[in-house]
Amino acid sequence: MDKDLSRRSFLSQSLTGISAAWISAHWPAMLSAASHARLAAQSRTPAKFEFFSPEQAAEMDIISARIIPTTDTPGAHEAGVIFFIDRALVTFAKDDQKIYAEGLPELQAEVRELFPSVAKFSAATPEQQHQIFESLDEQSSGAAGPSRRRRIAAQSFFETARVHTIMGFLIDPDSDKRGNRDGVGWKVIGRERQHMFQPPFGYYDKDYPGWQPNPRDAEKTKS
Amino acid sequence: MMLDQPKYKTTDEVDFVIVGSGAAGGILAKELSGSGFRVVVLEQGPYLTEKDFVHDEIKVLNQDLLTNHPELQPTTFRKTPQDKAKPQRALVYGRLVGGTSTHFTANFWRFHEIDFIERSKVGPVAGTTLADWPISYTDLEPYYTRVEWEIGVSGQAYASPFDPPRSKPYPMPPLPVKSSGVIFERAARKLGWHPFPAPMAILSEPRPGRSACVNCGFCLAFGCEVGAKSSSLATAIRMAEKTGRCEIRPNSYVHRIELDATGRATGAVYFDAERNVQRQKAKAVVVCANGAETPRLLLLSANKQFPDGLANSSGYVGKNLMLNSGGVTTAVFEEPLNDYKGFAVSRILHDFYELDPDKVGFHGGGGLDARFDMTPIGFALGSLPPGSPRWGKSFKEVLSHNFTRTCEIFGHGTSLPVENNSFSLDPDLKDAWGLPALRLTYKDHPDDLKLSAWLNARSAELVEAAGAKKMWAPAVQEQQFAVHLLGTCRMGNDPKTSVISSDHQTHDVKNLFLCDGSSLVTSGRGQPTMTIEALAFRAADRITALAKRGDLPA
Repeated sequence: MDKDLSRRSFLSQSLTGISAAWISAHWPAMLSAASHARLAAQSRTPAKFEFFSPEQAAEMDIISARIIPTTDTPGAHEAGVIFFIDRALVTFAKDDQKIYAEGLPELQAEVRELFPSVAKFSAATPEQQHQIFESLDEQSSGAAGPSRRRRIAAQSFFETARVHTIMGFLIDPDSDKRGNRDGVGWKVIGRERQHMFQPPFGYYDKDYPGWQPNPRDAEKTKS
Repeated sequence: MMLDQPKYKTTDEVDFVIVGSGAAGGILAKELSGSGFRVVVLEQGPYLTEKDFVHDEIKVLNQDLLTNHPELQPTTFRKTPQDKAKPQRALVYGRLVGGTSTHFTANFWRFHEIDFIERSKVGPVAGTTLADWPISYTDLEPYYTRVEWEIGVSGQAYASPFDPPRSKPYPMPPLPVKSSGVIFERAARKLGWHPFPAPMAILSEPRPGRSACVNCGFCLAFGCEVGAKSSSLATAIRMAEKTGRCEIRPNSYVHRIELDATGRATGAVYFDAERNVQRQKAKAVVVCANGAETPRLLLLSANKQFPDGLANSSGYVGKNLMLNSGGVTTAVFEEPLNDYKGFAVSRILHDFYELDPDKVGFHGGGGLDARFDMTPIGFALGSLPPGSPRWGKSFKEVLSHNFTRTCEIFGHGTSLPVENNSFSLDPDLKDAWGLPALRLTYKDHPDDLKLSAWLNARSAELVEAAGAKKMWAPAVQEQQFAVHLLGTCRMGNDPKTSVISSDHQTHDVKNLFLCDGSSLVTSGRGQPTMTIEALAFRAADRITALAKRGDLPA
């Protein structure tokens, strides 16, 4: 974070001291150097959890990895979403602590009710985990049916965890939020990580010949 | 960066105290200090600069780094004056030096001639207070040109056959086209419409101390880290500071304007950062606090002479609120657009600016733009097709397929002025300083809803002609959240039906001026900031002329 701040203040000083054209031209190199320095400084020592117990963290890691799974591309686990959620719950999402504290045990109760031989979410098979989510996702079509009692705490936990997982997967990797490690979430959705882009941007503008007036406009009088 | 500024004492009677440092306040500060006046700008928000602007969606969007905070400044909403208002987030505006211009999209359409004379052209519209402006497009044209050149607007002059006349081309070429813009342009031409490069208050070429746009992709709702977005922060505020006569005083929350026994405003009363009450003395007061906070400040300043709110003999303070109508159609295409790169909008069209009520069955008009203004988290939570998977492998697939292939067509249209639509003081709810909270009362005029649906239908035609693989649009609903804050202290010649004169002087208090979205008489077609800034340049000229003529009581 400190390095990030110093990068920004360097840029800002540069904006008044050096020509803007120079900044435009050197922006990508400066950012990549700063980003490299930041990553190098960021230690890979085992993270200490600030909210979750190690057992809870292990469960949450697996829950988030069912929300955004590892496929042929990285998922929530590789993006370090568990570290994002843990930090979130002692900082900007403090108010959601209760949802996790009450919801995680309720989720496990739901697991045991649906699959009496399974002790916890992480012990369930991928198919069972899928069914558990379907039973909790209010908007899912495969819900368990109206006759079964809904677990409100588990449902609100599921929705909160879903939102937090998405946030932790896609947050700006240069932020102080510990999510989207190495920018893997952005890679998955096709968002390049640099801060500066040049046209052409995409498929449809690459052969654009430049703006030409509509031939019919020439005849039209101004209204 | 904050430049050296004079530090005035609150007991110094400066020439002008300006409340608010946004689109209008910044320009008035620049112009009045540039004309030799001593100016103090009181801004309720903090003084942030480029180094504070980040791409962290949680900090900026969820934690309101740049915007009014719902816990400090709670609000309420109701549909009609007969309803009891309920607490809910009712509006968003920039709460920092530079105001909303710091985080806006930067669409910079001029109003057209029709916007100023609509009432006399179409006649009365039932259920509205539709009125002509006391000034015309011709009066404002030189000031639109000054905004384009002095603040920095990119665009292509004479590109739209529907554009109003202009005295000068844009100072710099339009921004590069995006894939969404090319798709929009080709499809619109197929339909016989007239797309053209969007005028944007974003630099396509560098200016001293400011970079051209680097297309970083965090634009709408974010502050610009390279000064390319032509916010008041990056432009007028810095020019005002350079005069050496203007003090920008952040964290200063004005809550009362006081009058002396002769009915003359004596300055502004505000909470400083420590919530101590301060009084800045001034010869004249200019309120540019936006279309919600300006009427709120007048209502908070009620006194014996003005029991219903300062300068409110008309009863129109806070009323005739217009939010602009419109709708969003989202589309997914076969190939990657990568529209996350760059600013939001590169192509627009104005074919529907003036619709014929006899043909369409309602009053109003609008324009369309092609854009992508989503950042990654917001996109994943809100911009997948309805019914998409919400978790698991199939969620990941649709998310990674669609992010680069999605764009939106926005319709932007008129709102008719309705007297009941308003900002007022909530009788129960208080903000963190103990002041009555803002209450939004709003129910769209039926014609506005018809126009929104009509514009959505045009967007659907366009997306269809473009060959989109998928498209959807939420059904038109009555609005209950305010972004454009227009018309709440309208300008007019008749003190019975307007709050300010065409010189922005309140009819009731001769050294009190108002200039911001509240001054607008009609809503335009959805992009009000350009007109707010042109009005601010003009207001500065008018106020300077009054002061130099000795027509300001001193």
